[in-house]
Amino acid sequence: MTTIDHLNPPTGHMADNVVGFARALRAAGIPVGPGAVIDALNALQVVEIGNRADVYATLEAIFVKRHEHMLIFAQAFDLFFRAAEDWKHMLDSVPLPDHARKKPPPASRRVQEALAQPSMRDEEQQVQEQELRLSVSDKEILQKKDFAQMSAAEIAEVTRAIANMKLPQAELRTRRYRPDAKGLKLDMRRTLRSSLRTGGEIIDIRKLGRIEKPAPIVALLDISGSMSEYTRLFLHFLHAITDARKRVSVFLFGTRLTNVTRALRARDPDEALASCSSSVEDWAGGTRIATSLHSFNKLWGRRVLGQGAIVLLISDGLEREADDKLAFEMDRLHRSCRRLIWLNPLLRYSGFEAKAQGIKMMLPHVDEFRPVHNLTSMEGLIEALSAPPPPHHRSLIRSAA
Amino acid sequence: MSASALPTSVDGMLELLTSRGYLAERSLATVTYLSLRMGRPLFLEGEAGVGKTEIAKVLSAALGRKLIRLQCYEGLDVASAVYEWSSAAQMIAIRLAEAAGDTDRDQLSSDIFAERFLIKRPLLQALEPDVAGAPVLLIDELDRADEAFEAYLLEILSDFQVTIPEFGTIKAPQPPIVIITSNRTREIHDALKRRCLYHWVDYPEAERELAIVKSRVPDISAKLSQQVVRFVQALRDQDFYKSPGVAETIDWATALTELDARSLTPQLVGDTLGALLKYQDDIARMQGDTLQKVLKDATSEN
Repeated sequence: MTTIDHLNPPTGHMADNVVGFARALRAAGIPVGPGAVIDALNALQVVEIGNRADVYATLEAIFVKRHEHMLIFAQAFDLFFRAAEDWKHMLDSVPLPDHARKKPPPASRRVQEALAQPSMRDEEQQVQEQELRLSVSDKEILQKKDFAQMSAAEIAEVTRAIANMKLPQAELRTRRYRPDAKGLKLDMRRTLRSSLRTGGEIIDIRKLGRIEKPAPIVALLDISGSMSEYTRLFLHFLHAITDARKRVSVFLFGTRLTNVTRALRARDPDEALASCSSSVEDWAGGTRIATSLHSFNKLWGRRVLGQGAIVLLISDGLEREADDKLAFEMDRLHRSCRRLIWLNPLLRYSGFEAKAQGIKMMLPHVDEFRPVHNLTSMEGLIEALSAPPPPHHRSLIRSAA
Repeated sequence: MSASALPTSVDGMLELLTSRGYLAERSLATVTYLSLRMGRPLFLEGEAGVGKTEIAKVLSAALGRKLIRLQCYEGLDVASAVYEWSSAAQMIAIRLAEAAGDTDRDQLSSDIFAERFLIKRPLLQALEPDVAGAPVLLIDELDRADEAFEAYLLEILSDFQVTIPEFGTIKAPQPPIVIITSNRTREIHDALKRRCLYHWVDYPEAERELAIVKSRVPDISAKLSQQVVRFVQALRDQDFYKSPGVAETIDWATALTELDARSLTPQLVGDTLGALLKYQDDIARMQGDTLQKVLKDATSEN
């Protein structure tokens, strides 16, 4: 290595490789700008290229700006520089997902696909042309499902769609004030301080206005067999809003209730979903909605519904043992939150009628009842969160019942 | 109120609390002792009515320290928790200065932001020196305040000082004994819990509860107190939305004594159940057979 020339980064193989690697990272979901690539090239002149660990640490220091990206970076680096001596054929040497014999770790499939794409120049276009495919999972009871096998196209599609959605705006007035010229409350302290500039003469009156904050969201997500098509999608959605809003709690229920709020926080979606699935025992088992709601009301209701929370109940309402207990628990839930929105995938069938006993029991106790399915479903969700409740939702419920 | 030295052992702590009629679990006495020794805030979480607030009152009385209580609520801000300036007094001071012909602006601003115009709220009071020793600061039901207040509190609890822009920094010569309680109507942030010693205050077992009832309701007959405690313990085993706390047990025992009861009867329990259960659904469940069964168990002589 000679002296560093910051203005003329090296070209040739190394530059190509770093640029290619940066593209791969971008495709796998880590935001890497051109500035970072130039930084990386400059930095690589300082470290020993021959030493893999140093190269790793250098590139990581430059490309990874968030903790949740570390895992993806590690996998991308491993795949990309697997054949460090054979850098020219790097792209060809990456195995396609179909060739993977053993189950790849979370995020792997995304990284592999990102690397295996023949051209990454128009990756966004490709993604836009891709239709979102929902994979219907088998009904595996008490088996740990691997969420991480979501393809890059799906992830990109979902994340893009979610990014385009307008998340609900601040709507709850808090009891906290901040300086606000249009406010209604007099701010004596600041008024007095400003009056000192004019020798104690009060000339401009300072005001305070209320701070507004988005309402907390509590999502109760049914993961029983009948819902398995949607579960993964919803979890991605919830992961996105957990990122964007501070106060989101997420619970999964099948035959048991599990709080996965922490698992969903501050991680790569794959990681988040993987840790969710490891903490939940009953993927795609049966549902016992009443029991799950009971444990939510008893153990969590007071702890997460305290600040005017909106509850999203995402379930098909197919309950085998529907009895008065279900109605009772629904009623309690309804009375202890600000708004109860029930999102039901079965509503997408235009001829759907609430015949199932469980659904009849639950309907009288919800504020809104909305259809959900695939990407449209999420837009529906967003609408549900940001729009005021429709004026005739009660009549919808009556006609459905 | 006599100032007494801090206990030097867990047993000493237990004795201190017991001498004031607070019959604590050993684990609670241990964590309280540690918080005094280590100078760390004590964070007590638990259902309503298990004696979280009580321990702060008992501690301040037993140690002869001043008790400063900050009751939290939504929208609690610096003006009502820490300090605010008395605008009215300041305006009068400005007018007086004008009348006296003082036109020196700098002098005026330093005059009206003097300590005498400062209204001290609980958190600032807790930082002031006290002859009896640092006060006991009770921050009650922190879960009712919002996250912004929690973040502010974190700052105060880390260095026990408050900076007032117009005035300067006020630092406690000796940090107060801090007790924070929460009823868990929301989860408190990890950052705050990390600074504290945490203890979950649980319902007491039968024997301890009996002792508590006897010490708090001295007029109660031995037979009735036993029945009361058995009945309440049985209620807690039922799956109620809100189980009765120790405070409710004491209330109920007091109520029964007021009614000159000697022993529990279905009629008597039915009439006074409102002292124990505070939800209509729970009261409705405790009728007929369920009530008979629990009552029979509580009043059986064994």
